[in-house]
Amino acid sequence: MNLQGRKVQVHDMSLRDGMHPKQHQITVGEMVEIAVAMDEAGITLIEVTHGDGLGGASVNYGFPAASDEEYLTAVCKAVKKTKVSALLLPGIGTVDHLKMAVGCGISTIRVATHCTEADVSEQHISMATQIPGLDTVGFLMMAHMIPAEELVVQLKLMESYGANCVYITDSAGYMLPDDVTSRIALARAELKPETELGFHGHHNLGMGIANSLAAVDAGANRIDGSLAGLGAGAGNTPLEVFLAVCDRMGVETGVDLFKAMDVAEDLIVPLMDHMVRVDRDSLTLGWAGVYSSFLLFAKRSAAKYGLSARDILVELGRRRTVGGQEDMIEDLAMDMARARDKA
Amino acid sequence: MSKKIRAAIIGPGNIGTDLLMKALRSAVIEPVWMVGVDPESPGLARAREMGVKTTCDGVDGLIPHMREDNIQICFDATSAYVHAENSRKVNAEGAVMVDLTPAAIGPFCVPPVNLQDAVAAKAMNVNMVTCGGQATIPMVAAVSRVQTVTYGEIVATVSSRSVGPGTRKNIDEFTRTTARGVELIGGAQEGKAIIVINPAEPPLMMRDTIHCLTAEEPDQEAITRSVHDMVAEVQKYVPGYTLKNGPTFDGNRVSIYMEVAGLGDFLPRYAGNLDIMTAAGLRTAEMYAEEILAGRFTPTAA
Repeated sequence: MNLQGRKVQVHDMSLRDGMHPKQHQITVGEMVEIAVAMDEAGITLIEVTHGDGLGGASVNYGFPAASDEEYLTAVCKAVKKTKVSALLLPGIGTVDHLKMAVGCGISTIRVATHCTEADVSEQHISMATQIPGLDTVGFLMMAHMIPAEELVVQLKLMESYGANCVYITDSAGYMLPDDVTSRIALARAELKPETELGFHGHHNLGMGIANSLAAVDAGANRIDGSLAGLGAGAGNTPLEVFLAVCDRMGVETGVDLFKAMDVAEDLIVPLMDHMVRVDRDSLTLGWAGVYSSFLLFAKRSAAKYGLSARDILVELGRRRTVGGQEDMIEDLAMDMARARDKA
Repeated sequence: MSKKIRAAIIGPGNIGTDLLMKALRSAVIEPVWMVGVDPESPGLARAREMGVKTTCDGVDGLIPHMREDNIQICFDATSAYVHAENSRKVNAEGAVMVDLTPAAIGPFCVPPVNLQDAVAAKAMNVNMVTCGGQATIPMVAAVSRVQTVTYGEIVATVSSRSVGPGTRKNIDEFTRTTARGVELIGGAQEGKAIIVINPAEPPLMMRDTIHCLTAEEPDQEAITRSVHDMVAEVQKYVPGYTLKNGPTFDGNRVSIYMEVAGLGDFLPRYAGNLDIMTAAGLRTAEMYAEEILAGRFTPTAA
């Protein structure tokens, strides 16, 4: 693979996807300290919100340590060169949240839907395009669940609403490099040349780096990752590792590798409640194709009802659950416990 | 045969057709008209086959016939954009409007919770909130009638096939309107609504999760009894309204897990979210009809 001279915009997820393994309890102070350190390392785009995006504060997904408005206001004020993005899942957040985030100073809004439901993003993407200078991104989650041809139809919908960048998102960390290549390549061929293309990986099968490289090779120019991999499941593509590989391959990211490594080691790792890594349960997510943020919910329900988290996750995969269905986990665990007690 | 109150349905789409099929079985409602705008509409053709009069000239095509046909109740199954105008016109002819659109210009009505209030107030326009609201607000109310609910949250998971283009274009309206209904009718001090669309095949049944946070430690026995009673109330008009799990208690959190299967009249059974709207709309109209038949209420033009 020759990627010499390719330019990639990396986008750090530690302060949004990283909220999942932290059960949304990262403090405003911790966010500011990490954001400033990333700014100094040359990471120019970072995402900040509740793990489930704007408006995610809920019983269903967890109440955060501070509000989206408090996080965004503090981080946007603290950074100099770095720009801040917010995630919005229609059905959870609304255009009111979007306007609030713009008021806080975000530069990028990412509107995320399940891979087959792009049309629910029209309202939010259209509104975002009316805000001058707002980088507007469409984000198709669980993209492993449909073939490339169907995915491109949905990406084009988001493009038609006005997104200047669209993402293929491996929310379950299920994809293998060939899955990424076929999807990104077809999208690159079919979308307008000026529409940017991104890839968001999870490391559940240990494929975060390989998949991100496959994405760049097939035509993606934005890559999501998080320092020390702080993200749902086995984490996102570990960003400092990806940066080191890019450096070796001659891919330009503009990031100071050693500084990024230091932020990962000195600030992110000490923040972790548990080591974010490929373990039995996060590996099950990747193997079974399950939304990565289900991990801790499955572990909690398994403990409460005396079940195996792996059994719960495998069943969630079999039922083809999608992002946002966290409420089904305890529901399913109660069914499984009842079935066991009857047996 | 006992006397029935005559009704018109505006909007011959999936919802309107399903509603017509249910209304044809009603003991107190006689559907007489189906109103559309497209002469080629398959919905109007279906309605004619079911023996009701049709017009393809919209509400204006219905108005001249309303008094001669003694239409006293209309259902609007069109869209929020045209509802206000439809409602004004039929109200002027002395008919009550039952609004199945998200327009919400009249008071919210969730039959087992506050239908009697709406009827007692003799409101000439009542709104059915949202599908998620119909499926979950009774459960919030079941908890809040036992003790103070500081926060009520509902998660509605629906099959992709059951979500129409109108909802997709304005999904925020669903979350906002449902959250408001959780507060106003459910009785939660603060409400939140989440909708998740799942494309799995075969389509999944509508699932609803209701989380309530109570001010004081939940009275498990009283809440459990109240929830079961309320489920039975909803089952009177939506037999497929099923308590799957719960209520389960975790500190001050009360969680209730529901499944809603439709009757499978015109809409498929998995689309419990749409069925509960048509069933709730008809239940509302029947209650009005009973009041009219008993001589306690005469709908009149404002």
